[in-house]
Amino acid sequence: MWADQVWAVLRKDVLLEARSRANVNAIVFFAGLVLLVFSFALGPNRAHLQTAAAGILWLALIFSGVLAFGRIYQIEAENGAFEGLLLVAQNRSAIYLGKMLGATVVMLLVEIVLVPLMAVLYDLDLSGGMPILLLACLLGTIGFAAVGALYGALTMSLRAREVLLPLLLLPVTVPILLGAVKATGVALNGGHGDLAVWIELLVAFDIVFVTAGLLTFEYAVGE
Amino acid sequence: MEWIERRGQVLGTAALGLLMVGGYLGLVWAPPDVNQHDVMRIMYLHVPIAWDGELAFGVVFVASIMYLWKRDLKWDRLAAAAAELGVLFTALTVALGSIWARPVWGVWWTWDPKLTATAVLFIIYVGYLMLRLVAEDPVRRARQAAVVGIVGFLDVPLIHLSSQLWRGLHQGATFRVLQDPTLDDRMQVALIVNLVAFTVLFAFFLGQRLSLGRLEQRRDEILWEEAQRV
Repeated sequence: MWADQVWAVLRKDVLLEARSRANVNAIVFFAGLVLLVFSFALGPNRAHLQTAAAGILWLALIFSGVLAFGRIYQIEAENGAFEGLLLVAQNRSAIYLGKMLGATVVMLLVEIVLVPLMAVLYDLDLSGGMPILLLACLLGTIGFAAVGALYGALTMSLRAREVLLPLLLLPVTVPILLGAVKATGVALNGGHGDLAVWIELLVAFDIVFVTAGLLTFEYAVGE
Repeated sequence: MEWIERRGQVLGTAALGLLMVGGYLGLVWAPPDVNQHDVMRIMYLHVPIAWDGELAFGVVFVASIMYLWKRDLKWDRLAAAAAELGVLFTALTVALGSIWARPVWGVWWTWDPKLTATAVLFIIYVGYLMLRLVAEDPVRRARQAAVVGIVGFLDVPLIHLSSQLWRGLHQGATFRVLQDPTLDDRMQVALIVNLVAFTVLFAFFLGQRLSLGRLEQRRDEILWEEAQRV
């Protein structure tokens, strides 16, 4: 029953995004723009850009993620849709998990476009580190979405939510940023570094904050 | 909790006395460091203040859980008071660390793991205070702030771990207090006295902020009643 509700929320959110498309398109476009703007800021030196690529990719993902996490609750603001959702859910943690997985799917779609774009722009060879890259993207995105889906719900009813969401989200996800950038760097530029430790850190973060989200979501929303 | 509110004078006097003793022990009685000479004496301030910051965030965490469990606004007042003190003390910790780094490492700021982690914690709890500022309904605000207070504190070990890994796995702690064999007996005594002094000072500040919070709550209730009558 709980799993059905998670699936229903997830399916609803992904369908909404797939049918309207305006949002995903805007977010993908924005993320690509961030890649481009950072390349302008850092200059056209290819070697320079290649070493910075992992960091730039994750900055683009964070910025577009902030938009996505705000967005998944903004679509509920109309016609009191969120109150309805809160009423039908037996256990509110189901809404959290559905929202979180929905945001993860949207972010993964962004990454499917963004990573090849980055490879072309910075002339990177992705073939060698593909499995590591996929793992880093998946774990990193889940971590961001775990906190983002909780804080998005928390800030949805506040004034100044556009400022408050990144202000709350970014410092908490610093470990995710560090881990994802390091692991992505290994995937893009070779070398092993301390890959295993970073992956462990990402897994630990994901477990801690998905659990925290499941437990505290009902206090973050509604009565 | 009520005790530290009522015993403000006792705590304040005790804190003042202990700080004077601690200041004397740290600045005069304890010997200068072999390498850093007198510069190292900032430790007697830096370490206790850093401890107060971590203690404050621990109090926010416990008070947030207690609020969600008991639904009593006194726990929310405690969390808010402790968060303000935590922000104050972590800001001081970063400033003092920076002042210490200048003569010892030659720069105001380095990406030292502890300095970096403290700065991130500072921003997390500034966010917590910002949330409290913009939220209007007191009960709802208490609940939302409690979530942020809990999530923020869960992040503390991960932030410390990741900033340490980030600077390279094999770099040891920059400074290991109390287990450090090079720390002279008199230095340890001076440090412990200062730690106690700053803990008492923390309790004093917390009590003062709590009674202020109680007055603020009373004021808001009166204003609300007035508004209802008009």
